Amino acid sequence: MNSVIIENISKSYGDVLAVDDVSLTIEKGEIFGFIGPDGAGKTSLFRMLTTLLIPDKGNATVEGFDIVKDYKKIRSAVGYMPGRFSLYQDLTVEENLHFFAAVFGTTIQENYNLIKDIYVMLEPFKNRKAGKLSGGMKQKLALCCALIHKPKILFLDEPTTGVDPVSRNEFWDMLGNLRKEGITIVVSTPYMDEANKCDRIALMQKGKIMETDYLKNIISRFPRKLFAVKSDGMFVLLNELREYQFANSVFSFGDSLHYSDSRENVTKDNILEYLNTKNHGNISIEEIEPNIEDCFMDLMSK
Amino acid sequence: MTNNYIIEAENLTKKFGHFTAVDSISFSVKPGEIFGFLGANGAGKTTAMRMLCGLSIPSSGKATVAGFDVFKQTEQIKKNIGYMSQKFSLYDDLTVTENINFYGGIYGLSKSKLKEKTEYLIDLLKISDARNKLLVSLPLGWKQKLAFSVAIIHEPKIVFLDEPTGGVDPITRRQFWDMIYEASHNGVTVFVTTHYMDEAEYCNRVSMMVDGRIASLDTPDNLKKEYNADNMHEVFVKIARGK
Repeated sequence: MNSVIIENISKSYGDVLAVDDVSLTIEKGEIFGFIGPDGAGKTSLFRMLTTLLIPDKGNATVEGFDIVKDYKKIRSAVGYMPGRFSLYQDLTVEENLHFFAAVFGTTIQENYNLIKDIYVMLEPFKNRKAGKLSGGMKQKLALCCALIHKPKILFLDEPTTGVDPVSRNEFWDMLGNLRKEGITIVVSTPYMDEANKCDRIALMQKGKIMETDYLKNIISRFPRKLFAVKSDGMFVLLNELREYQFANSVFSFGDSLHYSDSRENVTKDNILEYLNTKNHGNISIEEIEPNIEDCFMDLMSK
Repeated sequence: MTNNYIIEAENLTKKFGHFTAVDSISFSVKPGEIFGFLGANGAGKTTAMRMLCGLSIPSSGKATVAGFDVFKQTEQIKKNIGYMSQKFSLYDDLTVTENINFYGGIYGLSKSKLKEKTEYLIDLLKISDARNKLLVSLPLGWKQKLAFSVAIIHEPKIVFLDEPTGGVDPITRRQFWDMIYEASHNGVTVFVTTHYMDEAEYCNRVSMMVDGRIASLDTPDNLKKEYNADNMHEVFVKIARGK
């Protein structure tokens, strides 16, 4: 069963093609991640799926409803958390929740079980104005407000941007719990490492979808052997590997370099042989499995 | 305090009412160092950085930045540091050269110096074709690199970068770090915050703030050893959760 079906959707702003012929489907009950940098078109796509923006071309349905003709039905079926905090800053935590519940014709009590785990963390601050909450608390309140009418599907536009790694983990744990309730969750993020928190992902760049699949399938399609290389002089190593005639790509990855080679049958001894002609101490070369950033950068340079 | 350090802070503290946002932090940064300033949201990083940039007067303690006192010489600090964040960047509706002229002018560069700098930057960044284009039409990666170049247009001894690579694609993020290395190689001290833990590995030393205090400060290698972690992400999680 599909929760979202997108067929050849495009959207331009003047000369800028923000979303360029995107097609994909999102299954019911999955966590689906749109992963890409700023300007990839994630927000425009989310705004079209939540009926806040009309596409120039193409069709899409959400929970079986057409995003143009059935916009009213979609609005009561989806929960949407925009990238910018957009609750009422001068209402308290509780007032915001009551407000959103009332707008959707429900009460906090009716769907309390859905927000309970998140709300208990907010409860000590329930009389505080939303504008005075810390970033992490604002995020939790926004999620509660998006859930209060028990939506079938949640759209979360960059919920973890600017959030530290520990709080990001906690947020993803909350999403994992909501998934168990059967809610389809569509998330966008610029943090590539969050791909492993999603069931399936779409890698997005400049309005286009480069790949849609399970992370492990995308990784398995990485076309070359990849090595992690280290030595005493990392900055020099980077330049020397880039100058190597068989180098395909060389990128910094934390404390090592990821090196891919244009030869099909390359071994780490080939690379070591080359580096031994240079002046390096403590060289280490390890064949590794690519990660999501390796794949993203490879797709970007196609 | 000696002049061997570009930043020296001793028991630097900032209170808002009863709340202590920065709680007696002491540390020093060497010239040319890439110093990573990490911590969870709400740990006090922004407040500490605002004090070091001369934007907020500390409640107590002492500190100097580029030799100037954070209590009494805030205007000199502002003139002698560079600052860049992802949020505060260049003007989208000015052209490349207009942006360079605007920021150079604010920092009081002479006309001849400004002209020389403009040509130098356009050449360095290989953007001569785009020099008269509005910023809004440029790819994000170019904007970021220009923003960094403009932040150090007045040749400050130290530049503060507040999440400079947020939301940037992985290739541009790495190219941006090439520029940071280059600046550091030329003697500019780089004080940087980031939520990307792989970037913490690129710093010479990293400090981790927890609840207003500096919980740890060392090289990435030493931190990994101390916390028995494979990478800086694990170090961060262990420190932020109190081991």
